[in-house]
Amino acid sequence: MSKMHVKLTVNGKQVEGLAEPRTLLIHFLREDLKITGPHIGCETSHCGACTVDIDGKSVKSCTTFVAQVNGADIATVEGLTNDDGSLGVLQEMFREHHGLQCGFCTPGMITRAHRLLQENPNPTEEDIRFGMSGNLCRCTGYQNIVKAIAASADMLNAQKEAAE
Amino acid sequence: MIPAGFEYHRPGDIASAIGILQEHGDEARVIAGGHSLIPMMKLRMAEMGHLVDLQAIEELKGIEIGAGTVSLGAMVTQHELITHDGLATAIPLIREAALQIADPQVRYVGTVGGNVANGDPGNDMPGLMQCLNATFELSGPDGRRSVAAREFYEAAYFTARDDEEILTRISIPVPGAGVGQAYEKQKRKIGDYATAAAAVMVGNGHASVAMTNLADTPVWSESASNALADGDVSGCVAAMLDAIDPVADNRGPVEFKKHVAAVMLRRAIERAQSRAG
Repeated sequence: MSKMHVKLTVNGKQVEGLAEPRTLLIHFLREDLKITGPHIGCETSHCGACTVDIDGKSVKSCTTFVAQVNGADIATVEGLTNDDGSLGVLQEMFREHHGLQCGFCTPGMITRAHRLLQENPNPTEEDIRFGMSGNLCRCTGYQNIVKAIAASADMLNAQKEAAE
Repeated sequence: MIPAGFEYHRPGDIASAIGILQEHGDEARVIAGGHSLIPMMKLRMAEMGHLVDLQAIEELKGIEIGAGTVSLGAMVTQHELITHDGLATAIPLIREAALQIADPQVRYVGTVGGNVANGDPGNDMPGLMQCLNATFELSGPDGRRSVAAREFYEAAYFTARDDEEILTRISIPVPGAGVGQAYEKQKRKIGDYATAAAAVMVGNGHASVAMTNLADTPVWSESASNALADGDVSGCVAAMLDAIDPVADNRGPVEFKKHVAAVMLRRAIERAQSRAG
């Protein structure tokens, strides 16, 4: 099969490359672009470790052909740091509240939580659990993940208020 | 898991998409959100030489709320169904059901057209559309035609859609004021297909009842619907249990599925009745 020319914006940078249409986005990110934040977990669109943000939507990149997202604007966990490279609010709160143990699910958790808080800046605990239900963690029992996201919402709202 | 290779097409209108399907016959297949098809391709249970991506076709998009009819483009995602306030007012049953499909990430890309056209008995929208008495619009080489949702499903993965046709839109009559609606689904975990699910509309002397994943097609039962319209809940449940034909699998033996079916149906009826009038 002939390769196609792929152009994407990833974490604010224009990138391009050649890929077979059957190439899954997760492989293009990890193997071609060397962006290894998004992880390959179950490979069957259940676990959410491969979650990335595509044009404002949380999407499982193991179940997306790079051909389908040609031209899209993509964010991964690497793009959620502060401008100076320090940890972003969600990243810092996951650390602060022990929202991870082995860390394998964390890039997907944080990328999904980012979109959840964009859409719902004041989530209840139930909103968080429902909104995060496409991401599996086998270590934490979720309690600290929920706490980290709730704390992030509070901090982001406080930052917004301070800026106004 | 890497799927077999294919050539990728992204046509900009329905006529071009049908042209590609005609040119390549069995070798071509359309892809909407891809969250049913891509897993099958990764398992090599689906292979095709040509993949026709429908995402750039404007005619397949959009939710239109008319006075008596709602029209859903085939490429409308579950996420759009959930976040559209006009739709939630016109037919609240759709949001209630869509929130129980898959998980948030899958709902951002999974489409209503893919869900109804795939013919998977586990999908929720086919039974829902039968309950609502929706009509599916198809476009093919010979033009356009409409098929009632209640006539569309022939067997698992076999539908009235021809290989060279594309399901373009779904038309749904808006239930009258006073009609109560409810969707009840039992599943083992988030993202799972139903062990049993029930869609119910009742009010103004009418009723409609359909169930999901309890036969190789969705099951809409006229006698169950008529019994409920007459206020006979036990008769409705008995008629539906007679109409379904579940098979034993990892969601349980036949007796268990029938038990869960009756529980889901009774709960949906109770909730729909509480919302009627």
